[in-house]
Amino acid sequence: MSAGAELKRPKAPSKLKHYLTAAIVVLLLWGSSIQTDATLGELIEGFPNMFDLLREMFPPKWTYLDNIVGAMLDTIRMALIGTTLGAIMAIPVALLCAGNLMAQWWLRYPVRFVLNLIRTIPDLLLAAIFVAIFGLGPLPGIFALSIFALGLIAKLTYEALEGIDRGPLEAMTATGANGIQRIVFAVIPQISAHFMSFTLYTFEINVRAAAVLGLVGAGGIGHYYEITLGFLEYDKTSVIIIFTLSIVLLIDYASSKLRGKLL
Amino acid sequence: MIELRNVSKMYPNGTKGLNQMNISFAQGEFVAIVGLSGAGKSTLLRSINRLHDITEGDILIDGQSITKAKGKQLRLIRRNIGMIFQSFNLVKRSSVLRNVLAGRVGYHSTLRTILGRFPEKDMNLAFEALDRVNIVEKAYSRADELSGGQQQRVAIARVLAQEAKIILADEPVASLDPLTTKQVMDDLKKINTELGITTIVNLHYVDLARQYATRIVGLRAGQIVFDGPVSEATDERFAEIYGRQVGKDELLGEQRV
Amino acid sequence: MMKSWSHMVQAPKKNRYRWLIYLALAAVYIWAFAGVPFTGFKETAVQITKAIMTGILAPDWDFVYLPEGEDLLRGLLETLAISILGTFISTLICIPFAFWAAVNMSGSKVVSGSGKMALSFVRAVPEIIMALMFIKAVGPGSFAGVLALGLHSIGMLGKLFADEIENMDKGPVEALVATGANRLQMLWFAVIPQVLPGFLSYTLYRFEINMRSATILGVIGAGGIGTPLIFALSTRNWDRVGIILLGIVVLITIIDILSGAIRKRLV
Repeated sequence: MSAGAELKRPKAPSKLKHYLTAAIVVLLLWGSSIQTDATLGELIEGFPNMFDLLREMFPPKWTYLDNIVGAMLDTIRMALIGTTLGAIMAIPVALLCAGNLMAQWWLRYPVRFVLNLIRTIPDLLLAAIFVAIFGLGPLPGIFALSIFALGLIAKLTYEALEGIDRGPLEAMTATGANGIQRIVFAVIPQISAHFMSFTLYTFEINVRAAAVLGLVGAGGIGHYYEITLGFLEYDKTSVIIIFTLSIVLLIDYASSKLRGKLL
Repeated sequence: MIELRNVSKMYPNGTKGLNQMNISFAQGEFVAIVGLSGAGKSTLLRSINRLHDITEGDILIDGQSITKAKGKQLRLIRRNIGMIFQSFNLVKRSSVLRNVLAGRVGYHSTLRTILGRFPEKDMNLAFEALDRVNIVEKAYSRADELSGGQQQRVAIARVLAQEAKIILADEPVASLDPLTTKQVMDDLKKINTELGITTIVNLHYVDLARQYATRIVGLRAGQIVFDGPVSEATDERFAEIYGRQVGKDELLGEQRV
Repeated sequence: MMKSWSHMVQAPKKNRYRWLIYLALAAVYIWAFAGVPFTGFKETAVQITKAIMTGILAPDWDFVYLPEGEDLLRGLLETLAISILGTFISTLICIPFAFWAAVNMSGSKVVSGSGKMALSFVRAVPEIIMALMFIKAVGPGSFAGVLALGLHSIGMLGKLFADEIENMDKGPVEALVATGANRLQMLWFAVIPQVLPGFLSYTLYRFEINMRSATILGVIGAGGIGTPLIFALSTRNWDRVGIILLGIVVLITIIDILSGAIRKRLV
């Protein structure tokens, strides 16, 4: 019986592909750990330092809160203005990118390309460049955040635009509407809730980003990390972290509730 | 060999799944359980291998109480009871062979199964099982490449590889078309007669139950309202079970090929 | 004569508090804009912008490879290495967290809720702040960056993994339990095969994000291409800023394309 079954067995597929993939992954990891000098020994050696640091962070020096409330408000301001500017700029860009609204491919593809380029550059890097251009302060931070917001919101919006129902568009064309009228009556009602939701989502991300922009001199609460860490005042650093954490989680919570209502 | 003593099952929301049930099933029987949906068919089947815990009574498998069994002991009892589900419950992304071998895990140590070192005997068992349901050539295909009927046959092969002494089939053909329904039921019947495996099948279609089973059990509101050989299961008796005439939708009828 | 339709059908009342919302929004924006010091730009702003633009258009190609080290390629390679290793570490660590946070694995809403809470706490601390901490522990360099990415990514990956586990088909799990499998065997044969492609796809997605994060870690001394970039910016070496920016954009674009192609094949 078993011999008969063996004869009928189909051939097992080759596992070479799996072995090769595994080999490549192992090689990448091995190369990476050499490149970064990552060793377990170093980590274990560093652990006591880590614990010392944590011990010095607690208890947090709560009185320091008075010094940083203003900077935190600045941070929120930056995120708010940056996101708003980005969202406003994103509207025409998204319309240009949407294949079903703009027939001019020679305009669409270059704009999309630039959009993709923008999204490869992290916000902190943008901020560092803008600081070099405009000098220290919240202004370069706002610009960096608005560029980042533009990239994200425009992409999400044009993808949503391409997914809208074509019916109303055709109906408006049939009534003899021009381009702007078609957008106002057939596109905006379909997309506005999504757009608001994308903007809120970007605002959440930007609040997190704004909290660290100060590290490159672009305003907000991030600046205080350098001050307190530089003077080895870890009990103040922990206040900043906890404060930022609670604000970020609060805004996340409120914003996601709002987004849930929108859609 | 399976014995239910005063079994009751109360769901947390207060509905009674099973109500003071006493029944036993003998070695080699092919039992069809019929009843409206919500009558407790599924609850009964899932209580036998304790996918559901009962609230009262005791269930004995070969004289051993599964209700009181724990850990290893429970798994050993379950190993002897194969189950077939309405939705096949295969891992869709895994190969057919791996799905069948999953029936063997109860026989080996955790480490061995996780390393995939199934002994040659298991491989043979798996291929034999696939051969018995006529899909051995699909052994290395991904399960989701197969049709519904083929997937259910893989599930049957899994139970065969498990070397179960009892098969519980919970609406095994409910999501299949009439042609594949016949193939799957034929497979189950063949296994029952050739290997002598006790088979308990939940069925929605009354005529299917009459065609394949040796004994029919009718349930209503968690209680047994009919228990007897096929010859006694007339339309009039079913009218009693259902509380009305047997409806068209409870018959596979002329759709059957 | 025109019929007066408004007698027959009334327009629905607009939300009474609508204007309140608008007022609040206006107040928020006034507050926000009032707080920003618009002191005008530095006179040099235009000049520097031009210099950066020319720097990007005529980059310092020599910086791409320098025999004595500290060049673009080595910086980018280090960035890549940081992000590969950081992603790997977080993937390993987040798996138990994901099972903890998935309600169908941990069994109770309270337990899984606490897991989700822990993950969102981890996510809320920016990687760059974690890098600052790790620099204190293991000294400046790319290893601190690896640890920071590894720790921060747990938050997002753990959440995504937990969602994947919660969305799986529970049928196979039931089938494995019915065959007499123990808990580990059930995980290995019914859960892992179902969630693995999703896990891999999310890991690659996080890797794309980590690439971007790794480019900035150098700003605070945690290794990668950020270090020479911040140095070039502060020494106003615009040609070099140009080539580094170019290098970052090209590398990240390549990674995005590669990773996106693999992710498409996984699903």
